[in-house]
Amino acid sequence: MESLIGGLVAAPLLGAAVLLTGGRRLDRSGHWLGTALAGLSFVFAAVLFFDMLGKDAEERTLTSHLFSWVPVEGFQADVAFQLDQLSMTFVLLVTSVGSLIHLYSVGYMAHDERRRRFFGYLNLFMGAMLLLVLADNYLLLYVGWEGVGLASFLLIGFWQHKPSAATAAKKAFIVNRVGDVGLAIAIFLMFTTFGSFAFSAVLDEQVAAGAGQATLTGIGLMLLLAACGKSAQVPLQSWLGDAMEGPTPVSALIHAATMVTAGVYLVVRSADIFNLTPDAQLVVTIVGAASLLFGAFVACAKDDIKKSLAGSTMSQIGYMMLAAGLGPIGYVFAIMHLVTHGFFKAGLFLGAGSVMHAMNDEVDMRRYGALRRHMPVTFVTFGLAYLAIIGFPGLSGFFSKDEIIYAAFAKGGTQGWILGGVTLLGAALTAYYMTRMMLLTFFGEKRWQPDAAGREPHPHEAPRVMTIPMIVLAVGSVGAGAYFSLGERFAHWLEPVTGLGHEEAPLSHGMVSLAATAVMLIGVAGAWAQYGRRPVPLVAPAGRWVTRAARRDLLQDDFNHAVLVRPGNYLTRGLVYVDHKLVDGVVNGTAAAFGGLSGRLRRVQNGFARSYAVSMFGGAAVLVAATLLMRAV
Amino acid sequence: MSSDVSSLVTLAQTEPVFPEIQWAALSPTLIVLGAATLGILVEAFVPRRARYATQLVLSVLALAAAFSAVIVLAVGDYGTSEALIAGAGAIAVDGPALFLQGVLALVALVSVFLFAERRLDPAEHGRPVDSFAAQPAALPGGPAEQQAVRAGWMTTDVFPLLLFATGGMMIFPAANDLLVLFIALEVLSLPLYMLCALARRRRLLSQEAAVKYFLLGAFASAFLLFGIALLYGYAGSLGYARIAAVIGGTPPELDPALAATMGNDALLLIGGAMVLMGLLFKVGAVPFHMWTPDVYQGAPTPVTGFMAAATKVAAFGALLRLLYVVLPGLRWDWEPVLWGVAILSMVAGAVIAITQTDVKRLLAYSSIAHSGFILAGVIAVSPDGVSSALFYLAAYSFVTLGAFAVVTLVRDPQGEATHLSKWAGLGRRSPLLAGVFALFLLAFAGIPLTSGFAGKFAVFRAAADAGAMGLVVVGVAASAIAAFFYVRVIVLMFFSDPQPGGPSVVIPSPLTVSVVGLAAVVTLVLGIAPQYFLDLAGQAGVFVQQAAATAR
Repeated sequence: MESLIGGLVAAPLLGAAVLLTGGRRLDRSGHWLGTALAGLSFVFAAVLFFDMLGKDAEERTLTSHLFSWVPVEGFQADVAFQLDQLSMTFVLLVTSVGSLIHLYSVGYMAHDERRRRFFGYLNLFMGAMLLLVLADNYLLLYVGWEGVGLASFLLIGFWQHKPSAATAAKKAFIVNRVGDVGLAIAIFLMFTTFGSFAFSAVLDEQVAAGAGQATLTGIGLMLLLAACGKSAQVPLQSWLGDAMEGPTPVSALIHAATMVTAGVYLVVRSADIFNLTPDAQLVVTIVGAASLLFGAFVACAKDDIKKSLAGSTMSQIGYMMLAAGLGPIGYVFAIMHLVTHGFFKAGLFLGAGSVMHAMNDEVDMRRYGALRRHMPVTFVTFGLAYLAIIGFPGLSGFFSKDEIIYAAFAKGGTQGWILGGVTLLGAALTAYYMTRMMLLTFFGEKRWQPDAAGREPHPHEAPRVMTIPMIVLAVGSVGAGAYFSLGERFAHWLEPVTGLGHEEAPLSHGMVSLAATAVMLIGVAGAWAQYGRRPVPLVAPAGRWVTRAARRDLLQDDFNHAVLVRPGNYLTRGLVYVDHKLVDGVVNGTAAAFGGLSGRLRRVQNGFARSYAVSMFGGAAVLVAATLLMRAV
Repeated sequence: MSSDVSSLVTLAQTEPVFPEIQWAALSPTLIVLGAATLGILVEAFVPRRARYATQLVLSVLALAAAFSAVIVLAVGDYGTSEALIAGAGAIAVDGPALFLQGVLALVALVSVFLFAERRLDPAEHGRPVDSFAAQPAALPGGPAEQQAVRAGWMTTDVFPLLLFATGGMMIFPAANDLLVLFIALEVLSLPLYMLCALARRRRLLSQEAAVKYFLLGAFASAFLLFGIALLYGYAGSLGYARIAAVIGGTPPELDPALAATMGNDALLLIGGAMVLMGLLFKVGAVPFHMWTPDVYQGAPTPVTGFMAAATKVAAFGALLRLLYVVLPGLRWDWEPVLWGVAILSMVAGAVIAITQTDVKRLLAYSSIAHSGFILAGVIAVSPDGVSSALFYLAAYSFVTLGAFAVVTLVRDPQGEATHLSKWAGLGRRSPLLAGVFALFLLAFAGIPLTSGFAGKFAVFRAAADAGAMGLVVVGVAASAIAAFFYVRVIVLMFFSDPQPGGPSVVIPSPLTVSVVGLAAVVTLVLGIAPQYFLDLAGQAGVFVQQAAATAR
């Protein structure tokens, strides 16, 4: 069984290797190869999953040691995998949603001449993510982490002929580097503190408790910084919106199955460290809460359907972060929300892709409208995912989100009320922006516009290869939450890894559900009042300053530009100046001095044997004199 | 009156003393010198046509046999536990001597290939020509020379000359007696003076170089000889062990004839300094270096390669023995002086090389700087110092041979194109040759993965361990300066546009190819896996010394 874990990771990586080096002869079949290998990986995952179910809860962890990577005295790094319930959850999510997105891409990228390469990158993305969640030490995790960063860079910038895509890819990569540095520092700290970076050595309450509080907080905050980069949380959120420049399946993959979930994984995986450092935990909840609202506000203001969804992702990841920051009471629900979110966000993105496909790649929702008749399958699947994300009672989002809201209240005291309030406000905003999206896209009047080439859109349903994944995902969106929650199945499943805390909240479960449903209805009503009842203008009204700021991503880029880019530019310019004038001056001056000295000295070599003899005589005299002098002294 | 013949003779009172000669232990040198003598006979008796082949085969066999003899001796532990003083106290057979003799035999063997190369110049009058003048005694450009060229004469004497020089060089580092040292010096120098004058092309420059070398060499020899005389006056003996014993304050017995001077420190110091000077001249250390560029430039390039590689090995060997065996008691006197010489050599060699425009002169100044680097290892006075200097010598000699071998290949109608401007863009026309030359330059500069780095590192580490940190700092700074002009040549070869009418690279015979190839391989092997050879040099790093009691 253990060897299957290696195969699980190897299948997509093999696909990437074959597709990226195979050349043109794979152009016609490459996409099916990539999809098949992704599917194979899913089959492995499923086999491992059922094998795991057959065991007792405490004996489910599998380990697989492939080889010793850096066998140095005092520094042991292994390429070894650890498959426990947490990893299994991610593996299933990554392989299942990933495979569906592969399948969808077969249709979506059908007319792209670099399709083979695209599937190679998709495979790479999946393989790296699997490596990340299966690694049994932080160093190998870091490899997967960087692999995910690389794959995202390649995919976001896949349409590199567009300058905006190239810039977006670079932006994602650079912002992620900031987080990567955090992870690297965290690993350094672990190694110097614990002498190892293996999960088995570091993630142990006893061991971790041996380190100082300040060290633990430092490690926790550095891990959080890393998580912020990958999961697009405040303050490293700015890349997410621009990343929409990538093909839509990429967005679905980044937002649902890979990449942004990596940060949550890292925090939950490091639970044993965070549990011991309440300061770092508090910062995690604050980051989560801030991102939750930040993303929601942005999502409310965007007219670009994908960017609105991007804001939504940031907001939903904020929920997960917040939950993860709450400690054992929240870990399980952070992961549960992550899984349900994986289903409905993938469904939403694939639906959005389907709509764009039908509308000549138009992304402005103000130019949609009345599409429900033309795209019934997309409408229904998108609608189910919509109901799931806003937390419609009975659908997945309802279960996972309610638990997080409840856990937030259970934090207790002022913090509990503030966090609870934020989560409820987020729920209302979620309902608002999602309803707005739904209304603008599928209801109301046709507001279709010819595209840049003058072609009128003729919306049609997507081909089967695209709709099937959407249908599957819709099923997941509907049923996953209820399935997980029945008898606290999911909680018991993860409990051996993350622990499970029970705290009493000032509000009962029922009250929380009621409140969540109420704010959800308020949000829906608000959106209906604004976009459902009256005609939607084709050009967005100027709006108030809040709206304008939200449209500009709450000025994140302006902030980064003013605080980071401009001083950085000045610093660079200053350094270049110093380099040119001072450093080069010294270097060139030295060189010139030696050159001049050389030119002068070589004149001593005048070619006359008599001068040479004199020099020798002088030298001998000095030699003798010096020897005598040494003795005299 | 019948004459009584018996009254004319008298019986000796004692049996004559015949020195015991350890023939086997001396075999490497004897083989080479014997072959050299045989070579002279070949010149006299073998028909002109067959001389080239005969001399070539004879030289190669002799040097290979000498090398094998060295190996056999080394395997027989003559370098370590069986080390001895052979030839009635004249010649030491020990680790450093065997190591350097082995290197010398190999260098000479490879040089023979360069000497024998006959495909560089187009054939004249239907006969292939080599690098040496057809009739060296003839006036350059005169009718006698033209006649000799037309007749297709060859100066095959170069092979015995090379063998004689090699023989002298092999004795030089093994000499255990100042007189033997002096004789070895002359035996190695005189053939070199002659070889320098033999260039087929640019004969006037060649002859000028030879005359300068001879004059300055004679001048230096005079110093050496005078120093030897003073040391004799001091110690009453020319034997290394005896002098060392007197310096150490334990003279076996006082020679009444020398009672007035023996133990006079002024004699010792002045004499020691002068002998030192004579050796530093051969090494090419500043301020006794001035012959180097002129001679390197003027001599036929195969001779330059041989001279640059082998003389340095031999002279440093002699210097090491002198300092470690004869003058260790004066260490505190000569160390500061050699500090100065080493620093001057490193800095002056590197700095003056910057403005050189001729490849051979550039390499000459580079060799001066390298003398300084090796001196840093010599000054360390530690086992590491000896082994690092030995290693450096072995590494350096092959790089030098290789570099000069490449120089022989870049030619224009006037012969070798040694002006650097003509080397522009060589990397585009002959990437392989330029690449190999770049490898040698990188080795000179001491870039990792070449033997130069391993040697430099070993030498500097030994010096640093011995507390000569200042020397190391200057050495590294000088290496940085030196790197400039080495890399400049690389840049010139690879990143400049070729000049119209520039030189062409001739396709040499397998002889030169094997020299360049072997040098490149040695450079890489010593650079990538130096440890084995460092260990070898380390094992060979112990000098043999006669017990003071038996010293005469």
